[in-house]
Amino acid sequence: MEEHRDDIGARLGMWIFIFTEILLFGGLFLVYAVMRAGYSADFHQAAHHLNAFIGAVNTLVLLVSSATVAMSITAVQKGDSKKGVILLLVTLVCAGIFLVNKYFEWGHKIHIGLYPGSDLMLTLNHGSVMFFSLYFFMTGLHMLHLVIGAIVLTIAMVKVKSGAITPNKYVLLENGGLYWHLVDLIWIFLFPLLYLIT
Amino acid sequence: MTAESVHITSYRTYLWVLIALLFLTFVTITVTWIDLSALTVLVALVIASVKAYIVLTWFMHLKYESSLFRVLVIVVLAIYALVIGLTYFDYLLR
Repeated sequence: MEEHRDDIGARLGMWIFIFTEILLFGGLFLVYAVMRAGYSADFHQAAHHLNAFIGAVNTLVLLVSSATVAMSITAVQKGDSKKGVILLLVTLVCAGIFLVNKYFEWGHKIHIGLYPGSDLMLTLNHGSVMFFSLYFFMTGLHMLHLVIGAIVLTIAMVKVKSGAITPNKYVLLENGGLYWHLVDLIWIFLFPLLYLIT
Repeated sequence: MTAESVHITSYRTYLWVLIALLFLTFVTITVTWIDLSALTVLVALVIASVKAYIVLTWFMHLKYESSLFRVLVIVVLAIYALVIGLTYFDYLLR
């Protein structure tokens, strides 16, 4: 008996969810734009405290991970589930590298007393406080999305390995991939706007 | 996936897409070494938008989806542009 499925409908649902995410981050980017226009000098000065090198490394890591997710779908479509699992594993390793970098990046800032609500933040000018608040909130929200994406892709990887995701039935992997690319998309804008404005 | 034809993108295509994205990242970092003053934000946003277009088209398969998906993406981006426009309109008239 044929199972009733609607893969296009499933992808459409994922896209509609992605649209809500775009508007969520879009609102934050709008706050950023307005604040940067108002406190241009403060933003430039505050951005000097961000480590552009770690930001650049994380950009590379995310781009590579996006490519490997896309390739894993190709592998599954071709029936090469072994390659699909390896490619998803590479993606998850990239997610791990991203988080380790973020740990050191945030860890250093928290160590020197730079975090929302800290005594040091109270001594900074208004523009710098806005910049660091947006930095922590936007990269933090992005990181949350990255962790959720990694969990979804882990489930997809297990299902590819167990044979639950097949060349004819892989919409979960596709939707997990779409979510992962969204994480990449957001970072594409976060990186130049936060790290490269000095 | 009975009735719909499935497009399988080759590994080679994804590799080229990745190379293009890495190149644009390199460009966006190197242009910050040049002082473009007021143009800096614009250049950064243009490069980021090109990268976003590449990710949406190839990685997110919009190129091979039905046109409904592309139309929806354009509508959402138009709504967002409208929100930005109205916000700035409000700021300019204060």
